[in-house]
Amino acid sequence: MLQFVARRLILLVPVLIGIVLVTFIIVRAIPGDACKAMLGEKATEATCNAFKERYGLNDNIFVQFGRYLLNMAKGDFGMSLRFGRPVMDLLSERLPLTIELTIVAMIFSTVVGISLGVISALKRNTFIDSLTMMIANIGVSMPVFVLGLVLAYIFALLLKDTPLSLPPSGRLTSGIALTPLVKYWDLTGISGVKKFAVDFLSNSLLFNSLITGNWQPFGDGLKHLILPAVAVGTIPMAIIARMTRSSLLEVLGLDYIRTARAKGLVYNKVISRHAMRNAMVPIVTIIGLEVGSLLSGAVLTETVFSLPGVGTALVSAILARDYPVVQGFTLVVAMIFIIANLVVDLSYAYLDPRIRLE
Amino acid sequence: MSAATLTASSTEANMRRMSPTREALRRLVKHRSAQIGMVILGFMVLIAIFAPLIAPYDPYARQLGAKRRSAPCIHLLGCPADQPQHIFGIDSNSRDLFSRVLFGSRLSLQVGFATITFAILIGGLIGALSAYAGGWVDNILMRSMDVLMAFPSLLLAIAIVAVLGTGLINALLAIGIVSIPRYARLVRSTVLQVRDLEYVQASRALGAGGLHVLFLRILPNAITPLIVQGTLGIAGAIIDAAALSFLGLGAEPPRPEWGLMLGEEKNSVFNAPHLVFFPGLAIMLTVLSFNLLGDGLRDALDPRLRGSNA
Repeated sequence: MLQFVARRLILLVPVLIGIVLVTFIIVRAIPGDACKAMLGEKATEATCNAFKERYGLNDNIFVQFGRYLLNMAKGDFGMSLRFGRPVMDLLSERLPLTIELTIVAMIFSTVVGISLGVISALKRNTFIDSLTMMIANIGVSMPVFVLGLVLAYIFALLLKDTPLSLPPSGRLTSGIALTPLVKYWDLTGISGVKKFAVDFLSNSLLFNSLITGNWQPFGDGLKHLILPAVAVGTIPMAIIARMTRSSLLEVLGLDYIRTARAKGLVYNKVISRHAMRNAMVPIVTIIGLEVGSLLSGAVLTETVFSLPGVGTALVSAILARDYPVVQGFTLVVAMIFIIANLVVDLSYAYLDPRIRLE
Repeated sequence: MSAATLTASSTEANMRRMSPTREALRRLVKHRSAQIGMVILGFMVLIAIFAPLIAPYDPYARQLGAKRRSAPCIHLLGCPADQPQHIFGIDSNSRDLFSRVLFGSRLSLQVGFATITFAILIGGLIGALSAYAGGWVDNILMRSMDVLMAFPSLLLAIAIVAVLGTGLINALLAIGIVSIPRYARLVRSTVLQVRDLEYVQASRALGAGGLHVLFLRILPNAITPLIVQGTLGIAGAIIDAAALSFLGLGAEPPRPEWGLMLGEEKNSVFNAPHLVFFPGLAIMLTVLSFNLLGDGLRDALDPRLRGSNA
């Protein structure tokens, strides 16, 4: 198993270099003069030269790439042109929300998706099966932002005065606040990666409120996440449901299941212990592939529910031509995606011994 | 031999004589979800073709005298006859929403076909070249495809739009580029599978040139999976294009694009839900039709199922 992990990690290196290269090229490929784009059309020759000197834009492109790599290794993604603050700072503010949203959405899609799929497979060709598969088909075809708006309409307006009412926007109800972890842990004065880590955790609302035992923000924050998470998670949920159904049906037709039943095992146990274990391999693969769609969906949903995450920051950075932010944020999200896929690879090596021995 | 077995064996002979294409078509037409998909898609295509004839108003024109964001007014459902009929209501710029949704179908269908055709052509070329050339060419091309696939697709599309600048054409180009790796891999694996088969060697032995072998002997094998993947890909491309427009990175106002319409009206969802409901429904139905059709095509064209009646 250790050898397998090592091999996967080595295979990751060229992809990581490729990603860094792509984000580097994206910013360099922006048409027009970088100086004019950043300082405005009226910038003079002299100010432009000073600007380029300062950002090292007069150097050889390979030197620039090398410096870029070096800075990144140190955790320096440059400065936002709009806010004059390090991109890392912005990331520590924006990333936690997107990750929390993705995780909650993933839990929703996995739990509901697998349950629906199993029910559908066990009740094959009945009304329940057709109904679940119809829901899955519609779910796959429902754009995240349409579903988000519909959910907001239903739960925030139609069900306004019922216990089912859910907030349609924002991260927390105004008036509810969190203690920054820097204060809670008494860590003032730290900097660099350490500060990023602490800020990141501090801004992870659910984590922060759990650690500090602050239940009111926890409940309120979770409530604000439900609608966005359902919106983001519906497409993956539908895909997982369909995959679970077909995968389980395939396994249920195999000889060893008949053997298990013939020797008198309880049916439920045959399903949960024998069938599901083998059916899980393709399901886990699909869950991993859907992390990308969850992240993309999170970007869209943040716009619908006015949440301050990576997505809203990225879109406004593009519209404002704040390229260091575009570059840094894209890079980080791509890395999260790769790590998620790595975790999936490792988990099905665990589920299926044949993969690790190949 | 009884009459019953005779008829049975003759239908069997008929089945065997049926060409694979006809058999696949027969299976497709019998497939339930493909049927639903084809009906919805046919409906959408008709709407797109005849949009100028069906639409009661100019999709760009302001309706003077109509109240902004007013709810649908349908005469059959009790709307007073002295008021002009607006089936889907009026949008925030006093335009007839029904006409705009109708015209939106043209854009979305064109967007779907154009981006996927682009992706299949470029991706197919890359895949075929990669498999045919092998060695370092293969390595470089496929590793770059891996890198493209390492980004969440919509995110990469957003980043590409950042470089190219916002606008519908750039958004389409971005979605097309993002879709390339899938088709490149698909064509590459097909070419690798059949490259060394005997019938290809026979063709070469008979003196066929490299391009002849590639295009007439090898690539036809890729058509079936490409049709299935392409149909499902169109669904994804329509959603992604709508998403980019929704974010304000794609189509620009006043173009009647469904995603843009949703983006413009997203803040009206509580006081004028129809402005969100109808464009949303239109996107969903169009995407649903391609998804259902794609599923049907996959089942119909899967050689493993050939000959069975499933």
